[in-house]
Order: sequence, then C-alpha cells, then structure tokens
Amino acid sequence: MSGVADRLRDNGVAVYPTAMLLVFFLIPFLIMFAVSFFSRDEGAFFTPAFDLANYARFLSPFFFKVLVTSLGLSAAAAVISVGVAVPFTYFVTRMGAGAQSVILVFLLSVLSLSEVIIGFAWSTLLSQTAGIGNLLAALGILESSRSFTPSLGALLLGLCYLGFPYAVLVIYPALSRLDPELPEAARMLGASPIRSFFNIVVPMLRNTITGALILVFVFTLGAYLLPQVLGRPQHWTLSVHITDQAIFQSNLPFAAAMAIFLMLVSLAMVGLSSLLGQKRM
Amino acid sequence: MTQIRIENATKMYGDFAAVRDVSVDIPDGSFVCLLGPSGCGKTTLLRLVAGLEDLSEGALIVGGEDYGDIPAHKREFGMVFQSLALFPHLTVAENIAYPLKVRGAPAAERRARARELLDLVKLPGVEDRYIHQLSGGQRQRVAIARGLAIDPKVFLLDEPLSALDANLREHMQIELRQLQKDLGVTTIVVTHDQREAMSMADIVILMKEGEVQQVGTPMEIYRNPANPFVANFIGVSNLIAGRLVDDRTFDAEGTEIRLAPEDILHVAAPARATLSLRPEDVVVHADAERGQFRGKVVFLRDLGASVEILLRVGEMEITSVCAPQSRPDVSVGDDVGVEFLTGRATVLAL
Repeated sequence: MSGVADRLRDNGVAVYPTAMLLVFFLIPFLIMFAVSFFSRDEGAFFTPAFDLANYARFLSPFFFKVLVTSLGLSAAAAVISVGVAVPFTYFVTRMGAGAQSVILVFLLSVLSLSEVIIGFAWSTLLSQTAGIGNLLAALGILESSRSFTPSLGALLLGLCYLGFPYAVLVIYPALSRLDPELPEAARMLGASPIRSFFNIVVPMLRNTITGALILVFVFTLGAYLLPQVLGRPQHWTLSVHITDQAIFQSNLPFAAAMAIFLMLVSLAMVGLSSLLGQKRM
Repeated sequence: MTQIRIENATKMYGDFAAVRDVSVDIPDGSFVCLLGPSGCGKTTLLRLVAGLEDLSEGALIVGGEDYGDIPAHKREFGMVFQSLALFPHLTVAENIAYPLKVRGAPAAERRARARELLDLVKLPGVEDRYIHQLSGGQRQRVAIARGLAIDPKVFLLDEPLSALDANLREHMQIELRQLQKDLGVTTIVVTHDQREAMSMADIVILMKEGEVQQVGTPMEIYRNPANPFVANFIGVSNLIAGRLVDDRTFDAEGTEIRLAPEDILHVAAPARATLSLRPEDVVVHADAERGQFRGKVVFLRDLGASVEILLRVGEMEITSVCAPQSRPDVSVGDDVGVEFLTGRATVLAL
C-alpha cells in the first residue's frame, strides 16, 4: 500500500521534467511531423491530409545540392572548430588558474551573443569600408582595401566562431583531467612535444573529440542567419530554405517536411560518427 | 660513462627557490636517492635532471657533456613517474615499445624487446593486455620496463613505489636494487621514505627547503649527521640541547656528558650546540648504580621486534631502544642506570 505512495513520491521528481518534455518538445514535434504530410492551401494555411508530395518535391537535384551544401558546411565548421579547439584548450589547461578563468569567461560571454550579432559583426569586420581590409592595406599586404564578404570563407569563419566556444567547453574538462605526466612520459621516451600531443593526448581524447564534433556539427546545421548575412545564395543551407518556406512562402507543410528530413539526416550522421568514435577502447 | 655532475643548480618560481644552489657529483652506475620531506625540492631536482624543467641557474653535466640545453626527448634518459603515466590506450607491449616506435624500430623488433623487458621485470605473458587489466604491482613493473626500454643513460624514478602496499613495496625495493646492479645504469630515485632510501641507495642526497643538507652513504649519514634536521630525518635521534664546554665535555642544562675521542664534533668549543645520540646507543640498566647517569622510566612500550623506553635524565628526555632479548627488567616509575655508549654521539651546530 505504502509502496505505491513511496514510489509515487520517489518518482515525483521526474514527473515535472517529463511533462515539460512532452508538452514543449514531443507534442510540437508530432504536430510538425503531422503537418509535413498536410497539403498546402494557396492563400490560406494548410489542410489536413496524407500527402507525400512535400517529400517528393524535396527529392530534386536542387534540394539535394542544398542538403549537400548544408552538411558539408557544418562538417567543415565542426572539423575546423574542433581542430583549433583541441590545441587551444591544451595550451589553456597548461596556464595558471587565473589566466584559465579569464579565457573561459571570455568564451562563455561569446556564447551570449546571438547569431544575428555575430553575423552582422563579422559582415562589418569583413567589409570593404570598415573592415580588416583597411588594416591589411595599411600594412601593405593588400594594395587597396577590399571586401571579404559575402563568400564561402566568410560564412565558414562565422560558423566556426559560433561553434568554437562549444568545442572548447566540451574538450576543456577532459583535457584538464588529463594527467600532465602522460605527455611528459612520452617526451622522456623520446617523442617531441608535437608528437607526444598526437600520440598520447589526441588518442586519449578520442571520445571527447567525437562528442565535440557532433555538437558543433548539429549546432551549426541549425544556423539560418549566418548563410544569409555572410554567404552567397548558393551557400544557403537547408535551414535557410526551411525559414524561407515557413515564413516568407507560408508553406508550412513543405518546411516541416524539410525539417524532418534534415533531422533524420543529422541523426544518421551523429549515429554514424559516435559509432566510429566508440569502435576502439 | 654517465657520471652526472650538478653544478650550482637553482630553480626559481617567481621569488620562490624550489631548488637553491645544489651541487652534487653522481658517479657512474651508482644508485642515488633524493630524500627529504614533501616540498623540499627533490622532485624539482629530478625534473631538472630529466629536462622537464629548465635550470634558472647552474649547469647539468652528464658524461662530461653540458645537458642544459638538450630537450627532454633528446636526452635518452628513462623515467618512471609517480603516477606511472602508462598510456591507457596502448597495450602493455605497445607501452614498453613506445620509445622504440618513436625511434622507428620495426614492429617485430619492438615486440621482441617488449617481451625481453617483461622477462627482465619478471612479468612475462601480459604483452597484449591493457593497463587497466593489471594490478598495481604489475603496472609498476611495466613502468620500469618502459623506462628501461632504450637502455637509458640515466634512469630516473619519482616516488616509484609510493602507490604500493608496505609488503610489496619492500619486495620491489630489493628487486629494483638488484635490477639496477645487474644493468649498472646510473639511477636517481626520489623518495620521502628514509627506510626506502637506506635500503636501496649507494648515495643519499638529503634535501630540505630546496637545499642539500647532506650527501653520503646511508651509513655515513646515519652515523654522522651534518645537522639536527638530518639526525632526526634519518632514523630517530635524541637531540639534546646544551653547550659544548670543551672537546671532552658537553653541558646539557646542568647534566655533564663526557665525550669520547671518537665522538664527532661539528662545532668548535666553546659554543651552544646539539648533541645527537641514537636511541640504540642508550643502554638502560635495572641497577641504578650502573652507567654514567641516573634516570627514571617515564614510558615503556614493547613493539615485539624492539622495546622503546622513554627516560627522564636530569632535564633531558631520552629515548632508548633495545632488542627484546636484552630488555632490562624495569617498569614505568623505576629509577634506573643510564649508559650513553661512548664514541657514538655527534655534536651538531644548533
């Protein structure tokens, strides 16, 4: 008798988050899933139906290219961010406690910037009139100032700026727990500092690095403002097109179908990479 | 020939000198223990020799060559770290052969060498295991094998046995000592355990607060400590404050102690000084008329292998240790005769 009451009390704590997840995550997701099969009403919203046309429309060379661009951009941003974050964090963890916290606080404050601010800040910085082009011209590296945006490079830079702090925050705990005697041992055994970093530090962080890659990949996949601000139309990602369809074309069923598809693809990629990450050890 | 010469080595961290003006000569093939309480700079000194820290001042000469500017990975030294620092993502054989891999040795040679070293440290047959599958003692052996894989010029060990339980530690001390003797490699071990240093070392370097207190064989240091810190750190000692009146007389706050010609004086009379006398050099007689002094038994404990008697002699508190078979028939509160064995005391500066 009291067993039921006890169990209710013990599990009571979990009821609230479960309810919140149901109401604010699962139900909207199911609605979106349903909408993706609805048919669109020109001039109105949509009517309930079971219509695969939205998905069929998606299977075109144009959207296939968009999908490849999205995945490629996010993958590149993930690889670059994590590639820079691993050595960066390694040096940070070898600094004094004071310097470490200054750097971490700075990185956390970058997280508080929205995609909008980051996008427009970079587009100003890379512009012809107010950007680093002037600086490079003054230093004599460029003949005259030029604009670096919009371009693929500018877009990648923005995405990396977005993803880099997350990569550092994922890698930092693992690296600061790493016994500093391990790379030292490798050095005593004859490995140069760079070699000991790649032979010892990187392999030991294998799972953490995989996690950071997945996080930055998924996170930048959702970026829909940066491609519009820093990229050219051919760099527009699926997220941009989803926004376009949902907000400007009022085609919610098609937007929903694209969102579901994007989700499935990214889930598959995440599953694949975590499988690869866990293969050894 | 890998004779090591440390000249005026100093290591500063800001204003703090972790190692201050250390000069030591280490002969080829000797087994040296860096001994001292925690924070005395012994590990820093070892890391200076290893090349993991840079000298602020001074020089390190190995085999007649200046090693000050040679980076750690080019020194060809072997090292066992306190945490052992075995690589968890590699197998035992890969761990041991890692230095050979770095040097580009072929796989077959690496495997053969790993097997040879595992035989040497008496741990055959674990080549393909991972580190987490080994016990503490086995990991210890793997770390030693890895440190010896390249036939190092110098073998450095930082508190290598501190993680082991007491029995295994004593066993490994003997084994490590024998291994070192067989290989003849110049070896430096950091330890805070004076028993460990006494049982393994040819030469003990005793440090305190970054400075060398004394260098010598374990027996020299035990018999002739250079100062009261050394006397108390190596074994136990009765440190008696007083005054050296002349070469034959020590005045311990009213009790006059006659010194023998064999007693070692580190100060010139007359001066305030400390007399150091080992507890085993104090003999207690049940007959109060025997010995130079009369004393009272304050406390007595029988530790099985030895008997400790705490005495009050005049103003002095003296500890005496004897073997159970020569235990005097006394108990707490008894008046007893106390004899200081002649020629065994050291008079030290304060």
